[in-house]
Amino acid sequence: MMQDLEKYLRVNMFPHMWCPGCGNGIVLSSLLRAVDKLKLDQNQTVIVGGIGCSSRAAGYLDFNTLHTTHGRALAFATGIKLARPELKVIVITGDGDCTSIGGNHFIHAARRNIDLTVLLFNNSIYGMTGGQYSPLTPVKKMATTAPYGTIEPNFDVADLARAAGATFVARSTTYHSNMLTGLIAEGIQHKGFSLVEAITACPTAYGRRNKMKSPADMLIWQKDNAVHINKAEQMSPGELAEKIVIGRLYCKEAPEYTELYDEVIKQAMGQVSGSVTSITGKGGKTSG
Amino acid sequence: MSRVIEMARLMQGNEAVAEGALAAGVRFFAGYPITPSTEIAEIMAERLPRLGGKFIQMEDEIASIAAIIGASLAGVKSITATSGPGFSLMQENIGFAAMAEVPIVIVNVQRSGPSTGMPTAPAQGDVMQSRWGTHGDHPVIVLSPSSVREAYDLAVRSVNLAEKYRVPVVLLMDEVIGHLREKVVLPSPGELEVVNRVEPDVGPEKYLPFGAGDQGVPPMANFGSGYRYHVTGLVHDPKGLPTNNPVVAEKLIKRLQNKIDLNLDDIMIDTGKNLEDAEIVVLAYGATARSALQAVKDARKEGIKAGLYRPAVLWPFPQQKVGALAENARAVLVPEMNLGQYRLEVERVAGERTRVVGVNRVHGELITPEEILAALREVHKHDARS
Repeated sequence: MMQDLEKYLRVNMFPHMWCPGCGNGIVLSSLLRAVDKLKLDQNQTVIVGGIGCSSRAAGYLDFNTLHTTHGRALAFATGIKLARPELKVIVITGDGDCTSIGGNHFIHAARRNIDLTVLLFNNSIYGMTGGQYSPLTPVKKMATTAPYGTIEPNFDVADLARAAGATFVARSTTYHSNMLTGLIAEGIQHKGFSLVEAITACPTAYGRRNKMKSPADMLIWQKDNAVHINKAEQMSPGELAEKIVIGRLYCKEAPEYTELYDEVIKQAMGQVSGSVTSITGKGGKTSG
Repeated sequence: MSRVIEMARLMQGNEAVAEGALAAGVRFFAGYPITPSTEIAEIMAERLPRLGGKFIQMEDEIASIAAIIGASLAGVKSITATSGPGFSLMQENIGFAAMAEVPIVIVNVQRSGPSTGMPTAPAQGDVMQSRWGTHGDHPVIVLSPSSVREAYDLAVRSVNLAEKYRVPVVLLMDEVIGHLREKVVLPSPGELEVVNRVEPDVGPEKYLPFGAGDQGVPPMANFGSGYRYHVTGLVHDPKGLPTNNPVVAEKLIKRLQNKIDLNLDDIMIDTGKNLEDAEIVVLAYGATARSALQAVKDARKEGIKAGLYRPAVLWPFPQQKVGALAENARAVLVPEMNLGQYRLEVERVAGERTRVVGVNRVHGELITPEEILAALREVHKHDARS
């Protein structure tokens, strides 16, 4: 299997920059297994990353790859996808990159339901800068910028994505890497904005400060606290407190942005008489 | 596609920018509403889909410039338009485009600042920001039109320069040029020179996306064209892969600068009036150059040997030209709607050879011909005394 996946890697970039025990390699391997399963054409696939440990993965991958500025990966990706809708565009990002500095781009890309797949590496911390808290760091956890414990509530990024308009939302962990592979593949195949949150381990900057000293401790934490959505639906909010709900959390069909824009083009060119809004079912007057 | 426009028509500066961009082949626009540039977005929203192009209103200016960089990497000529506050937000990704050598055009219709300033009032306060607004040494080309027709021509030229040199190009407009309506006759499409980026002439195995000697512009493969490579804002080697190697880093940063500096003759556009025997040179750009031209004509009537030098490309700075003018002039007068941003650069080049005098207003109104004429008389009197 590894040999099959090697064709997707820029092996001359190795050794990678991730710390021993980091879960990012597991997430990356799930991504590549999903890409392999779907037989995506490397030439027609673009991988866009932001800034941070996880986003560096773009450089290790043998596709059209773009390593952007902090938080902005989704805005770059939006330009690529709208300009060339035939390209598959996958965004790899971290919890700080996606939900803090990039939070605005995240909700708006979700709102547009543009056909991008976001693979969010959630390690609960800013790893590259050495362990500062992020909007996904759970409350009362230790970070270098929260030496007395975090007092800010964290986002549930899956709820956030769904509320903003994402049409595919899923979550898994590096412990449940086979499930992660399947969910990434589903997300890539889904027409519209997909979020796959991968809970990953940062023993160096997060685990050590939060009573999970070894990489194995962090995987055990994932195993002990993950609850599949099917089981979670039978549980009370109290029982679910501090649990990680995994699986395909949400999926619906809705008009996709670049397809809607193609209708705008047809209308502007006078090829259709109806208005664009009619295909969203909301009606609207004819102006073409 | 587009109809041949032969007849004279009344056109607004911002409209001319949009038309020029479309004529140069722009098929992607991402932007965010901001006075006094918004008409450009509105026109693009209507015109682009008719040409099969794409328009998107992004959530802010940071996203707007990011989206046009993405679209350009995917092979589509792309621009955005904004004003001061939005231009400030775009600075980080201007640096990205400079570093990653992505052709883009940013139209900045300047308004009074700092901060929100006076949104509908003219100013030329972004001259230095357009050169040095993003961090680090970086190349950039900045053009400044003085008329509606020139706004059209320089919009075409901006797109061409971005494609040719793989740099971010700033079309630095004045509010009064953006909102000015003038009679224009546009060139027919056949008369226009349209430049497209050079694509690789070797196969993917031999392609070096950022390899171009010491001063060159590397050929650019578009995403999806079969050339898989890495694009990053990190210092990178000729293959595009990140490195901290000091030799590679210095070579890259110097090449990025050299590809502009060493091609100044190709990039520069400037005009002159009565410079042959000018004893006092008025150096002006944008809307201010219109007042300066009138002032020069009026001064001549009074026997003051004044001339006008008008750079339409502000950056790279027309170093040799300004140096040569300074050799023969007793003074250079630099009127600007700022506190002397370009004058400092003129002083750097000409200050040891001649006297450099500013005429500076930041009150949100145009500098009048009378104000410049008064300054010319003052300089003339001073010179007569000394």
